[in-house]
Amino acid sequence: MDGITPDLLALQLFTGLALGAIYVLLALGMSLLFGMLTVVNFAHGAFYMLGAYAGILLLGFGVNFWFCLLFAPLLIGGIGMLSERFLIRHLYGRGIDYPLLLTFGLSYIMVETVRIFFGTQGLPFDTPDALQGASDIMIGYFPTYRLFVIGVAILVIAALWLFLERTPYGLIIRAGARDPQIVRILGIDVARVWLVVFGIGTGLAALAGLLAAPLQGASPEMGASILAESFVVTVVGGMGSLVGAVVAGLLVGVVVAMTSLFAPEMAQVAIFALMAIVLLIRPQGFFGRAGLMS
Amino acid sequence: MLKVEQLQAWYGRSHILQGIDLEVKKGELVCLIGRNGAGKTTTLRAIMGLTGRAEGRVMFDGQDVLKLPTHKRNGLGLGYVPEERRIVPGLSVRDNLRLGLLAAHHKASEADVITEVAQTFPRLAERLDQDAITMSGGEQQMLAIARALVSRPKLLMLDEPSEGIMPVLVDEMFVLFSRLRDQGTTILLVEQNVELALGIADRAYIMDQGEIVYQAKASDLLADEEIKERYCSV
Ligand SMILES: Nc1ncnc2c1ncn2[C@@H]1O[C@H](COP(=O)(O)OP(=O)(O)OP(=O)(O)O)[C@@H](O)[C@H]1O
Ligand SMILES: [Mg+2]
Repeated sequence: MDGITPDLLALQLFTGLALGAIYVLLALGMSLLFGMLTVVNFAHGAFYMLGAYAGILLLGFGVNFWFCLLFAPLLIGGIGMLSERFLIRHLYGRGIDYPLLLTFGLSYIMVETVRIFFGTQGLPFDTPDALQGASDIMIGYFPTYRLFVIGVAILVIAALWLFLERTPYGLIIRAGARDPQIVRILGIDVARVWLVVFGIGTGLAALAGLLAAPLQGASPEMGASILAESFVVTVVGGMGSLVGAVVAGLLVGVVVAMTSLFAPEMAQVAIFALMAIVLLIRPQGFFGRAGLMS
Repeated sequence: MLKVEQLQAWYGRSHILQGIDLEVKKGELVCLIGRNGAGKTTTLRAIMGLTGRAEGRVMFDGQDVLKLPTHKRNGLGLGYVPEERRIVPGLSVRDNLRLGLLAAHHKASEADVITEVAQTFPRLAERLDQDAITMSGGEQQMLAIARALVSRPKLLMLDEPSEGIMPVLVDEMFVLFSRLRDQGTTILLVEQNVELALGIADRAYIMDQGEIVYQAKASDLLADEEIKERYCSV
């Protein structure tokens, strides 16, 4: 354990938070879809991957990175809304497995489509100029881009919170998650709200993919591995709980970063070990409602 | 205002409503009574578009609403307070009221509406920021009624509002219903509390096994011990 100083640990903690920020964005979307629509979105990883490729596409058209951050999630969120409107909507109320299988199939279509247009090889994704290099964060130098990722996640969490807690639309979403029927009885077209929720959830996945691309490049398979990890985060946080998604996302990020420091080969295993421990002690996750699936 | 003709409804395979005819005229308070399982709740749910399959006609304000989705029926002025109240857990009293106001067609502000609610239901006004689900059963019922009223429905349908509520509150509630009727809200009231309901109603229908078996002026029925005995004793 030579060379592991408190400062190094602290820096690694930040690395974990940056990784966790990506998980948080993914798990927020996933939890929103599950909590509201009872859809377990197996295409969530594919939407994440599409976010990265949408960035590549837009950058290729000369759009700058900052606008990509806005337009890529909008574009992919739009695709998410189309798939809700024309495919997934017809499966509501038929049990959890139908949308699960449908989105599973959708993810293959999306991955194959990307392979056809962008090739099976991964593509590099440059860190935007303004965010290259490292910044002094008192305890040492930390990659500026990772700080930026943490910052974006904080902004998104704040915006989502304000949207859900402070706007009429958010009120409908919160109520509809608990009791869609009474919302209809009170004159509100819940289907329209669900469409928007799907757009937000998939848009967040796309944003996560775009943010992750400068860290690891883009590849058609990038969604598959992160899908499993974001499931872990969603389950650990409690399915359907947004607070849970944030807490568990950061926790899983930090656990991965710390294990990579001490035992890199154990990093993947650590995620699932964490899930097993949490589920043994609290089957509904940190903030989940007991009996949600029954 | 509401004219239901030959309304049939099913839950899955079971044929529950066998062809209901009933009418509620503008300004009337009509009550629908009958034993447990007679089909009263199913009638209200079918009028609201909440049963899986329904046939017949549900004329509201001269328009057949049978094929309309539930939220559009509310938009036309059909208010409904379901039997289970359906207070949304995790939402404050204020948010529950806001929810009722969101789809309203009138232009009254939230503050105006809260003031109105406070006049009618002072107990709710004291608890605006409380998690609504933590209130007593009676208070939750008040909230369910207030929430249905904030959009100012033309017809208010109430399903057993007095169920499980303290007698003194029940009396208060029935005073409120007759006052609402006097102020111009048409009401269709499902009740087990037959004497009280007939006491404020204009007319009454009695249901049994998915059919309307009797109808009369409320005052006549109130005096008719034999009919009450035959259809309403539990
Ligand atoms: N969701 C459902 N699925 C199947 N059958 C149902 C369902 N809801 C009600 N029923 C049946 O429909 C019939 C009518 O029920 P309904 O709830 O309309 O009666 P009710 O007059 O409101 O009774 P109560 O006074 O107990 O509220 C009953 O036989 C009941 O078992
Ligand atoms: Mg009933």
